[in-house]
Amino acid sequence: MAPLDTDKAQLDVRGPDGHPLEIPRLACGAMADLKSFPAAPEHQEALGFPGELVENWQEVAIAKMGELAQKNRAFQVYLDACVKCGACTDKCHYFLGTGDPKNMPVARQDLLRSVYRRYYTFAGKYFPWLVGARDLTREVLDEWYTYYHQCSQCRRCSVFCPYGIDTAEISMAAREIMDCVGVGQKYCNEIIGKVKAVGNNLGLNPKALGATLEGLEEDIEEETGISVRLPLDEKGADILLITPSADFFADPHIDGLIGYAKVFHEAGVSWTLSSYASEAANFGMFIGSYENMREVSLRIRQAALDLGVKRIVFGECGHAWRVAYSFLNTLAGPFDFLDQKYPVPQHILEFTWGEIQKGTLTFDKSKNDEFRLTYHDSCNVARGSRMGDMPGGQFEIPRNVLKAVCNHYFDMDRDTIMESTLCCGGGGGLLTDDLMDLRVKGSSPRMKALQQVTADHGVTHMAAICAICKSQFSKVMPKFGYEMDSILSVHQLVSNAIVLTGQNAGEDDADEAGED
Amino acid sequence: MSYQVNGTAVEHDEEGYITNLADWSKDLAEVIAKAEEVEMTDEHWEVVNFLRDYYEEYQIAPAVRVLIKAVKKTMGPDKGSNKYMYELFPYGPAKQACKIAGLPKPTGCI
Repeated sequence: MAPLDTDKAQLDVRGPDGHPLEIPRLACGAMADLKSFPAAPEHQEALGFPGELVENWQEVAIAKMGELAQKNRAFQVYLDACVKCGACTDKCHYFLGTGDPKNMPVARQDLLRSVYRRYYTFAGKYFPWLVGARDLTREVLDEWYTYYHQCSQCRRCSVFCPYGIDTAEISMAAREIMDCVGVGQKYCNEIIGKVKAVGNNLGLNPKALGATLEGLEEDIEEETGISVRLPLDEKGADILLITPSADFFADPHIDGLIGYAKVFHEAGVSWTLSSYASEAANFGMFIGSYENMREVSLRIRQAALDLGVKRIVFGECGHAWRVAYSFLNTLAGPFDFLDQKYPVPQHILEFTWGEIQKGTLTFDKSKNDEFRLTYHDSCNVARGSRMGDMPGGQFEIPRNVLKAVCNHYFDMDRDTIMESTLCCGGGGGLLTDDLMDLRVKGSSPRMKALQQVTADHGVTHMAAICAICKSQFSKVMPKFGYEMDSILSVHQLVSNAIVLTGQNAGEDDADEAGED
Repeated sequence: MSYQVNGTAVEHDEEGYITNLADWSKDLAEVIAKAEEVEMTDEHWEVVNFLRDYYEEYQIAPAVRVLIKAVKKTMGPDKGSNKYMYELFPYGPAKQACKIAGLPKPTGCI
């Protein structure tokens, strides 16, 4: 009997003096023993994968690798093109946080590349020792499991690779291959199973979801005196809001959900949530499974059709937005039944920024004066998507909204934000307690960048637009000298500052969101 | 993997959540709490009982906000805060308190 002792993750916190991107001393094998809990047979089978390691697993894995290389030309190019220039070596937050050289992106890629070479290149077939080609053994498979679950698929390394090699794609392919031979990860696969069975990652059923939303309506009315609705399954609404189910459950996510509701209310649009498609966060992407990603996405299409909506808006979620912005049309399109005057789909921040520009929202910025803020760009939004109609909109729009609702805003070191943003340390299917040690270490570059702006500008809080980032930071921030509620939802700040029509602006509401 | 309660073994998963929810008892809760290094007081029981009642009605644990609101009502405004919940259950009201209450672990981006 050994309940997890994950909260005791130790780490060398250097404080504000340590530069966030300082290269650590090498610590060979430092993370070699880390094994995320494996998926149980029932978790595997629910997703169409074998329950346990199949007998001819080598054959299956090698064939799958070949199939992926053939189907996905980018994957093959990534495996072939690396020239070992070294540009990526110090770009991974897990390498920076752990010092384990196998967390250098090139080394992580080579775990798979070496096997690919052995079976799919001329030199590797005949002279494996000359080209670093390896047989696929059980040890290699175990090493894949260990180190491909130490990649958050954040793609920071790919920004610095002169060939544009995307380690995330390789990591997704590796997980897909492992799933196909029966070796999946519990966290991701159990969650995808819940989406298929209940409609969201949490396993929140329609009755519980309805009760939660009603409770929030009461809270808003109590706080503002205004009745603001959070409708569920309302046919004929104009907008379907798809948001991560964490928005119905966790703090500070739920305060962001209240913010979306207030914005929709003030904009005077009709909207609804769906109990059938009550999840934005598509974990199919993390395990590289096109089929699972598609199945989760099709629920959104179905809900949009069933409810007869004209628009789809996504709430604050990083990888949901990558899937939505970059793949939704391919996965579940065409969306020709939606109103083509609006982006399909649209991000809640695009919506809110649009309303701010139109002048429909009134703010009292002083409501956020207790915060000195910075903003954490979430990796999948920063490097896997865009917002608005101009390049870099995904960086500008969230900052524009923040500056419209608060008086004290400061960016972190330029090398750690926007396209160079550092992962929170919990992305890509690693936000699980069994990887807490890795999560804390992986967050340390971001935390050091935060400590810098705290030292230089007195920054007290950080805002984010990704459910994973928010949960991860609320867990790891206390290890770096911050309170767990130093991480905020962007729409929580919008919610604090917005003055609803008819609301007495001078009236001092309890302002719960900022108080806790 | 199992907890020992009054001479019987109660199976749990890798993370200490019991596999068969019907196996739960107050004695088991004490055993789980001990393994979690949580000393059960009346306040802890208040939370655990609320979680179990909520679960019985909704088949899922409540949102942290819902839990805090309920605690505020029963234990008073000074105890209705996230911070206090973490004082009671250092590893989080959602996860650690659920484990002690014999409920499944909430999953997702939380």
